[in-house]
Amino acid sequence: MAPYLWKLLPILLVFGGVLGIVPLLVFLERKICALIQDRLGPNRVGILGPDSPLEILGIKTGEKRFLGGLMQPLADAIKLIAKEDIIPPHVEKYLFEFAPFFALLPPFLAFAVIPVGAPLMIDGKEMPLVVADVGVGFLWILAVASLSAYGVALGGWASNNKYALLGGIRATAQMISYEIGLGMALLAVAMQYQSVEPVQIVKQQVEGGFLGWGVFHQPLAFLLFTICAFAENNRLPFDLPECEAELVGGYHTEYSSMKFGMFFQGEYIAMLTMGGLLATLFLGGWHYPGYAALSASDSGFVQIVAVVLSLVSFGIKTMGFVLFSMWVRWTLPRFRYDQLMNLGWKVIVPVALFNIVLTAMLNIH
Amino acid sequence: MNSSPEIVSILIFCGLVMAMGLVILGLVRFATKFLGTAKPKKGKYDPYECGVPLLGSARERFEVRFYLVAILFVLFDIETVFLLPYAVSYQRLGMAGLGEILVFVAVLGLGLLYLVKRGALEWE
Repeated sequence: MAPYLWKLLPILLVFGGVLGIVPLLVFLERKICALIQDRLGPNRVGILGPDSPLEILGIKTGEKRFLGGLMQPLADAIKLIAKEDIIPPHVEKYLFEFAPFFALLPPFLAFAVIPVGAPLMIDGKEMPLVVADVGVGFLWILAVASLSAYGVALGGWASNNKYALLGGIRATAQMISYEIGLGMALLAVAMQYQSVEPVQIVKQQVEGGFLGWGVFHQPLAFLLFTICAFAENNRLPFDLPECEAELVGGYHTEYSSMKFGMFFQGEYIAMLTMGGLLATLFLGGWHYPGYAALSASDSGFVQIVAVVLSLVSFGIKTMGFVLFSMWVRWTLPRFRYDQLMNLGWKVIVPVALFNIVLTAMLNIH
Repeated sequence: MNSSPEIVSILIFCGLVMAMGLVILGLVRFATKFLGTAKPKKGKYDPYECGVPLLGSARERFEVRFYLVAILFVLFDIETVFLLPYAVSYQRLGMAGLGEILVFVAVLGLGLLYLVKRGALEWE
């Protein structure tokens, strides 16, 4: 087993990375929201700012630090876990209990086939930095992505509450509608690179250099994928399942304590996963200009630097999508339901089909 | 390529993620049972209805269109899966393959057109 022990590295990297970044995302979302709405946002619970440990010790850290509330996610997590977990008598007990689990699981699992960094050289063999370099990468992504509808559908139905039910049904209809567009956008990418393995797709983009990035070869698929990613994540302008103003909270109306938190966590992990996919398929994955020069070096140290930089590059691209979706969330209003469905079925699906045919025509010699 | 380490590592990853989910669920139950003090109150465990008295149950009929969307999803998702083998081999299949896939896509495109004209996708 020893030669395979290095596989633990990507597993722990992806698992720890995603788990570590999610609380940070919650903080960022609130800060960006505050920035856009010209407020301060969370600035009390932190190592900097008023009432913070440093301030109590007598070290002045200032009033309006952007990072003032850095410890807010930790405080939120402790609070959520310490709250009473209400299981009302009217719910379907087991489904109610496990729905948050199914909301959390799928987006996380989809990360298993996304290469997060440049391949390592181990015993003269190239080992991609990915949890599992499986031959059916896209099928794994599609299969796991469709599972994410279960969490919200079960949560909404098991709650036995009208708002939750409506939210759950809306979420399911929306997610499955946009999944078709997502799948077809993926198909065009598979045609472009003649492969369904994310590792191979990134490799081809790296070989092509900066202009080899998928976004230059499949701009239409890039656009479709971005729109569908927003809809799949139930993010504004497609956040009809939640719709605070009409549906209270949608499918998680009846949830309390950390089980509500799990739905929340699942949403942020889904954003990260979509960002990671977008980076992998269209933005060259972990590739960055200058990688070829660094990796060709004889020095082992420089090669390690090249790999570390590739992780950073992947992180920046992923976070780029996440920050973009936060920006959009606090800027755009919400669609009406008929507009949502019209866009999904009458625009995205035909355009995606057209894109597939177009790709085939352009690439057949 | 020997794929068994990949399968093992994906299983380890699944195991880790599932364990994390179960640990959170367990923590929540533990905290509620041993740390918190539940204060039952009249109405606290009723379905949430924005503060107005409960009206009927949530187990009611809902729009048939949601079912329709689900059925259409199955159709088009299968189409996506059927297109996948073509997507990775279309250059070898050449013009003949292109012609066949055009017919395949056209049939489904016409189906979509029919749905739109019949008003199956109209929401008001």
